[in-house]
Amino acid sequence: MGLEEKIPDSIILTTLDKMVNWSHKRSMWPLGFGLACCAIEMMAAFAPRFDLARFGMEVMRPSPRQADLMIVAGRVSMKMAPVIKTLYEQMPNPKWVISMGSCASCGGVFNNYAVLQGVDRIIPVDVYVPGCPPRPEQLIDGILKLFARVEKESLKDQREEWGRKAV
Amino acid sequence: MEENVRGFLKERFDEAVIGEDNFRGEQTFQIKPESLIDICQALLEEVELDVRYLSDITVVDWLGHERERDGRFEVVYNLYSLSSRHRFFLSIRLESDRPTLRSLTDLWPSANWLEREAYDLFGIEFTGHPDLTKILTPEDLEGHPLRKDFPLTWEQPTFGWNKDAPPEVIR
Amino acid sequence: MAETRTVTLNMGPQHPSTHGVLRVVLELDGERVVSAKPVVGYLHTGIEKTMESMLYYKALPCTDRMDYLSPMSNNLGYCLAVEKLMDIEVPEKVKWARVCLAELTRIKSHLVWLGTHSIDLGAMSMLLYTFRERESIIDVYEACGGQRMMTSYIRIGGLAHELPPDFESKVRRAVTEVSEHLGDYEALLTKNQIFINRTKGVAVISAEDAIAWSLSGPMLRGSGVKHDLRKSNPYSGYENFDFDIALGRNGDAYDRYLLRLEEIRQSIRIIRQTLDGMPEGPYRAHVPGVVLPPKEDILYKMESMIFHFKIITEGFKAPVGSVYQAIEAPKGELGFYITGDGTNKPRRVRVRPPSFVNLAALPCLVEGSLFADVVCAIGTIDIVLGEVDR
Repeated sequence: MGLEEKIPDSIILTTLDKMVNWSHKRSMWPLGFGLACCAIEMMAAFAPRFDLARFGMEVMRPSPRQADLMIVAGRVSMKMAPVIKTLYEQMPNPKWVISMGSCASCGGVFNNYAVLQGVDRIIPVDVYVPGCPPRPEQLIDGILKLFARVEKESLKDQREEWGRKAV
Repeated sequence: MEENVRGFLKERFDEAVIGEDNFRGEQTFQIKPESLIDICQALLEEVELDVRYLSDITVVDWLGHERERDGRFEVVYNLYSLSSRHRFFLSIRLESDRPTLRSLTDLWPSANWLEREAYDLFGIEFTGHPDLTKILTPEDLEGHPLRKDFPLTWEQPTFGWNKDAPPEVIR
Repeated sequence: MAETRTVTLNMGPQHPSTHGVLRVVLELDGERVVSAKPVVGYLHTGIEKTMESMLYYKALPCTDRMDYLSPMSNNLGYCLAVEKLMDIEVPEKVKWARVCLAELTRIKSHLVWLGTHSIDLGAMSMLLYTFRERESIIDVYEACGGQRMMTSYIRIGGLAHELPPDFESKVRRAVTEVSEHLGDYEALLTKNQIFINRTKGVAVISAEDAIAWSLSGPMLRGSGVKHDLRKSNPYSGYENFDFDIALGRNGDAYDRYLLRLEEIRQSIRIIRQTLDGMPEGPYRAHVPGVVLPPKEDILYKMESMIFHFKIITEGFKAPVGSVYQAIEAPKGELGFYITGDGTNKPRRVRVRPPSFVNLAALPCLVEGSLFADVVCAIGTIDIVLGEVDR
């Protein structure tokens, strides 16, 4: 209060957590990983009517090494499950996962020998977006909820974990 | 065109054609398994009939039905004539253990993947096929999923009252 | 003396240009492709077995999810096959409405194809343009069925509900927008030297090879074979409409691009004819015991309520026998081979997938050409992995 009145207008005071979280959420790059029908709705979310680029997701990186958000869009078959696990492990920290659609969340319409009943059996998921397929507005709502979650993260929780993994 | 096909088959392969069926306008000939390759070769060479297009290879599993007495698996070849726009089917009955047929890949290259799918999902073996391996199901799935004795395998969804119990797989 | 070997490159399941989860194992000698082997099955869902465990009505939404870019065509094929099995005759209005929706679906599928094919070859703005046009067609879907993509609007015996009151105005608006912007796409791509260099002479297949590999749809017509199921074995009233079949000459990717644009124009022509002459009538056939009665009758008539209850819980018993119904889907010949066995569940529902059979010809298209042509070839076959793997 006292200090902020005396500094010029172009300086903002904040905490490190807020800075880091703001930069994480305002430029999250999704991994281009569409599997089935939900992929088309995800592409429609990037299309002109429901523009996702205004949320910072300007580019969809095809390589997992350069992406921080994996949107699992579509049904995960048993043959594809090890591939998803490998891709998730290739993504560098910090990373988030959105499970888009009913098939990725819980198996969806298909409850049989060939479909993995929910991608959260193999990778940890942050936000589930139900629907078959979810409208692009629903996907955007899910992304905004993920942003709200990212805002509450704190460096001190992750520092220990990263320190342990780096050793 | 129906008459032409029937006449051709009766004239050249009378003993190989066991039966003929015409359900809802679909002309189906039931033939013996050994004569498949000869009939298809003759149909390809016959210029007047112009049967050059193999649309599909299908398998039906009649386990548990009264039609099973003729043979458990019914392999159906879907043939089409482009100039006379006529479609007819060749149906072959095979027994339950080690069903085998001659492969048609040297007549029609498209039969390659269609036969691989029939092998993967039903277990029909095709002799003379260049690469008879699984095409759709994962490598570690044993068995042939679309047979009637392979279960659909669905899981009980977890609610509040059974969330601590392990997932129950219903066969 | 140096020894040269070929390089085995894996174009993996996760790739921006493979339109889904397709894996291609390539053997390269420098930039030349020696052999290409597609590996499929990464999206296998067991839809056929799932459909065999459900009643005929309940199996209908599974068909939407196979070729997810043209869901109403799949519905139409399945419903026509079941109507053939049960020997049901649908009213004229239903036939005309189905033709209109199927042609809108064809336009939608070709627009998505154009967008994704162009972005594979580098023309990135086309994706944004075609998805904008697709939105106006999706407005029609949403007005009819309530859902943007998987409407399941075409049901056994007719349609799900009556056509919405603003159906004609919405369809006319969608069709006008598409036809206006088609000129823009032509201006951007058709005489573009880069596009021509990348597609002319690439992924060529001759007419005899196309018939031997059982190709269908634009792949077959691009090589000059005049075969279109809407003209040769017409279904659902297509014989009443006046349209031309587009044919290619050389069988390369450029011809198929022009052919698909021409198909969009012919679809617009058919849609305008259906809207001009749509007959009046019921939106469902009246076959008690098989086709669900209209929802308004259930509240007032006892027989309708009883039939509704019986059909939803027990279904109808199909005769023993097999039927095959093939339609001209945007990707090719989509066929449904349904076998009834006297009970209320089908014994075998076989879907003849056009993308599966077309994709089997990929080695024939790319062997001997450059590596960058593989991407163009996969795009020009127009595959949808949901249909390849089912």
